[in-house]
Amino acid sequence: MTHAPAMEGPTVSEPRPDPVKPSHPAGPKQRGRRENLAGYLFMSPWIAGFLLLTAGPMVASLYFAFTDYNLFDAPRWIGLDNFSEMFGDPRWRHSVRVTLRYVVIGTPIKLLAALGVALLLAQKRRGQAFYRAAFYAPSLIGASVSVAIVWKAIFSDDAVVDRTQQLFGINAGGWTGDPELIIYSLVALTVWQFGAPMVIFLAGLKQVPRELYEAADVDGAGKLRQFWNITLPMISPVLFFNVLLETIHSFQIFSSAYIVGGGAGGNACGPADGTMVYTCYLYVQGFENSRMGLASAMAWMLLVAVALVTAVLFWSQKRWVHYEEGGR
Amino acid sequence: MSAQATDITPATDVPPPRPARAAALRRGLPGSLAWHLGSLAILAVILYPVLWVIGGSFKESGDIVGSLDLFPGNPITDNYTSLADGIADVSISTFFVNSLFLAVGSVLGIVVSCSLTAYAFAKIRFAGRNLLFTLMIGTLLLPYHVLLIPQYVLFRNLDMVNTYTPLLLGKYLATEAFFVFLMVQFMRNLPRELDEAARLDGCGHFRIYWSIVLPLCRPALITSAIFTFINSWNDFMGPLIYLNEPSKYTISLGLKMFVDQEGLANYGGMIAMSLVALLPVLAFFLAFQRYLIDGMATSGLKG
Repeated sequence: MTHAPAMEGPTVSEPRPDPVKPSHPAGPKQRGRRENLAGYLFMSPWIAGFLLLTAGPMVASLYFAFTDYNLFDAPRWIGLDNFSEMFGDPRWRHSVRVTLRYVVIGTPIKLLAALGVALLLAQKRRGQAFYRAAFYAPSLIGASVSVAIVWKAIFSDDAVVDRTQQLFGINAGGWTGDPELIIYSLVALTVWQFGAPMVIFLAGLKQVPRELYEAADVDGAGKLRQFWNITLPMISPVLFFNVLLETIHSFQIFSSAYIVGGGAGGNACGPADGTMVYTCYLYVQGFENSRMGLASAMAWMLLVAVALVTAVLFWSQKRWVHYEEGGR
Repeated sequence: MSAQATDITPATDVPPPRPARAAALRRGLPGSLAWHLGSLAILAVILYPVLWVIGGSFKESGDIVGSLDLFPGNPITDNYTSLADGIADVSISTFFVNSLFLAVGSVLGIVVSCSLTAYAFAKIRFAGRNLLFTLMIGTLLLPYHVLLIPQYVLFRNLDMVNTYTPLLLGKYLATEAFFVFLMVQFMRNLPRELDEAARLDGCGHFRIYWSIVLPLCRPALITSAIFTFINSWNDFMGPLIYLNEPSKYTISLGLKMFVDQEGLANYGGMIAMSLVALLPVLAFFLAFQRYLIDGMATSGLKG
């Protein structure tokens, strides 16, 4: 945060110079107990929330995953049936493919755009702050229903994207009408929101010591070498952070897929399920088909997938992420 | 892990303006021109959808999608006046008030509950603190969808579906780990001497939290408040699942209902309402963009 904490709080009396430390009436043991009490008292909302809304539901969800549960009758234990049904369901496999396409194509493009623009904006020029703010704005509104509606329009037949590709002799039609192409309109939507990782990259770039570049200049290293050997290693922690968060987030895309793909009535996402991403199918199974057990099994599969990706990323960071000893 | 990643931002972000300009001049005009052209090209792509929706909201319904002119030759306001009728006997202002209620309620909850939790993590040495902190960071990475169904079942059993409680309760129980994390980072950077001095003077933790730490944390609180407001305003999945009576709908849900019920008949109205729904977020952005971007730079957060 750039805002230096303003020292305008209520007046604090001068620190006492006398070194008598345990000015507390209680002994150290009692004091430790008091600290514990205070700690848990302050933490109590979080602890209640964690038990009631996170840990408890996770356990419940794991149980539901092995049951047949339609909300009205009590859950009935069916072992692994939900999982075998899931893996055998062509629509589920389709949703996995659509999601993977979105994640694997969208996330790298978004991060490359973010890094490229961050490198551009890292040059201190007039208007830098303005551009930074303007480029960041889509990240705030990108998940809204409004933008999804706009997106659906822009990517439909004879709208601006279609007209533009016609200029290049491509007659693919609007993307939103095409079961294969519609997911790429969502890829475009996530790339459009490159501003959030860009801001994080910019913060990272600011931390790279100027002396490194000056030394490299003296040694005659070109700009590309400097980027590869100085910039990239120096910002690798930030890169790691962005890759991790963006990947996890894009696995969870829901509202834009639901709106861009959705017609009236739901239970379908896009032409031929073109935007039936994982969470959309989870929603359809859980809330439209009342298959709460099956949807819980799906949710746990998503959790496992995300956990695996996270684990692989953490494992890989030893090879490419450089943490500087002792900070900056 | 995130702790390391967020260490990237020190408190020295303020660019010294004059030397920057000198450096730009030194780099020469061609480079500067290329820089501005590049930035402007990106800006055009970024702004296009926003300009499109503004222009489109003043077009005839039939011209909105097909016409390549961003702004119509003869703008009409019918799209906006058509909104006065509302949807399904609910006026647009009802959706607005509902969204506003939820957003303000969320902000209050987040600011209070997350700052209390953050204070414990940052300033109190209690047994189990590290374990709880790890758990808290873990929830940052947890996909929300795992909790979706069991939480729904829980609130359904408590007879709270179609109320705002499921959408607000978590905010009062500090379940938004990101904001806890943001505040912990901020509190740890406050000078230790202040609260140590207060302790020596016999202040209890609550006094220190209330009179010293909270006022000093104002930037982190503001950042959290604005992000919470915007997230709550944009939220679609929560209201979609929990609210089923149009008079309780939020603006996002009202807009979706508009799409389903009148999207074809009154396309222009839908576009106008899309813009109206965005306005509060855009206004917040214009007013507080500094806080948002600095908060973002401190750690990753998606809208």
